[in-house]
Amino acid sequence: MSEIVKFTIDGKEYEGVKGQLLVEVAAEKGIYIPVLCHWKGVKPAGSCRICSVKVNGRFMAGCTTPLEADMKIENDTPEILDIRKAIVEMLFVEGNHFCPSCEKSGNCDLQALGYRYQMMVPRFPYEFERRDIDASSPKLIIEKNRCIFCKRCVRMIKDEQGKSYFAFKGRGKHLQISLDKKLAVTMSEENAHKAMDACPVGCILRKEVGFAVPIGKRKYDHVSIGTDIEKLNK
Amino acid sequence: MSKPIVATASLAGCFGCHMSLLDIDERILKLIELVEFNKSPIDDIKTFTKQCDIGIIEGGCCNSENIEVLKLFRKNCKILISLGECAIMGGLPAMRNGIPVKECLDEAYLNGPTVGENKEHIMPNDDELPMILDKVYPLHEIVKIDYYLPGCAPRADLIWAAVAALVTGDTLNIPYELVKFD
Ligand code: SF4
Ligand code: SF4
Ligand code: SF4
Repeated sequence: MSEIVKFTIDGKEYEGVKGQLLVEVAAEKGIYIPVLCHWKGVKPAGSCRICSVKVNGRFMAGCTTPLEADMKIENDTPEILDIRKAIVEMLFVEGNHFCPSCEKSGNCDLQALGYRYQMMVPRFPYEFERRDIDASSPKLIIEKNRCIFCKRCVRMIKDEQGKSYFAFKGRGKHLQISLDKKLAVTMSEENAHKAMDACPVGCILRKEVGFAVPIGKRKYDHVSIGTDIEKLNK
Repeated sequence: MSKPIVATASLAGCFGCHMSLLDIDERILKLIELVEFNKSPIDDIKTFTKQCDIGIIEGGCCNSENIEVLKLFRKNCKILISLGECAIMGGLPAMRNGIPVKECLDEAYLNGPTVGENKEHIMPNDDELPMILDKVYPLHEIVKIDYYLPGCAPRADLIWAAVAALVTGDTLNIPYELVKFD
């Protein structure tokens, strides 16, 4: 039996199912907690921290924290919004994000968060690290300049035996995403598309389909990311 | 009261941002009522003839001349605005930033597929040419920048809203659709 508990978000009282993840509880109430690494139904990684909320005064990752009775959750406060904006800015300076030439532009979750928080300029210096592009597989381009290490691809894209097509290589500054060359040869069309759609940024791209949707008709041209969730609240 | 004075420049940019400024359509008539232009490609005034209020700069710094012009603008303008992705983060020219300059020049003048005619292997070396920098720098890494208007090019409505707000002193509320990075 699922247990119903009381909790608050930004001072407002709600009831929800104990044990459910905070990002998902909030979404059901029409409250948007942003995510980049989380994907509903996939084991949470809690790696990007964009979902940071305060629970009873302490910072927690909303995508890994299960709901408990009497939680006092802060979500929409200047402090938290600034931390989220800082995370977005950090991701921008850490990779090489040339949005004007990016296939994902307009449909990219990282960029969309930059729009939502009106990032005019990152507060951190640009790294401009050299990163490679791997276009050696038949179906996919891996544009490593744009990887934000959310690990969605590693966790989600697997063959029939359960083997991951993607893996992380190296550590720290040298960390990079890589696609298994042997597995990639036999990757199905379905998996190729699934990988591209799972990637929140423009790092995994299906070859030959870039720039299909014109400017003005893309996902985030007119509406902010999170609007679909917030609509429930109106 | 005399009109606020505006100066503009394109450094390592493509002039697209200036084109977007012209894209404000008939509001350009209003603009020249509101402000006076000084050094700018728009009126072709080449040197500062007086202190300016607002300097608008497109493009990042890719060579020594860009830095010189940028510093000149900082000296002569009360407010400096970084206009567009190139000014804010180097933009497409900064795609070379992770690559050593020598590798870039070798590719451009010696090894690239279209340089077959360069039989003497000449690298541009005229003394008149500005020095190329180790990488393309965002403007705010060279001088203090007061405001940033992102986009490639920034939407004409964003430029208009920002300049009008600066000149009239009104608060600037930027609609969602005007802040874009492409
Ligand atoms: S992945 Fe997103 S943020 Fe990065 S360049 Fe592409 S559109 Fe911009
Ligand atoms: S390639 Fe995309 S999905 Fe995979 S870790 Fe990088 S950003 Fe995430
Ligand atoms: S931001 Fe875009 S439009 Fe402006 S100078 Fe750079 S490339 Fe051109």
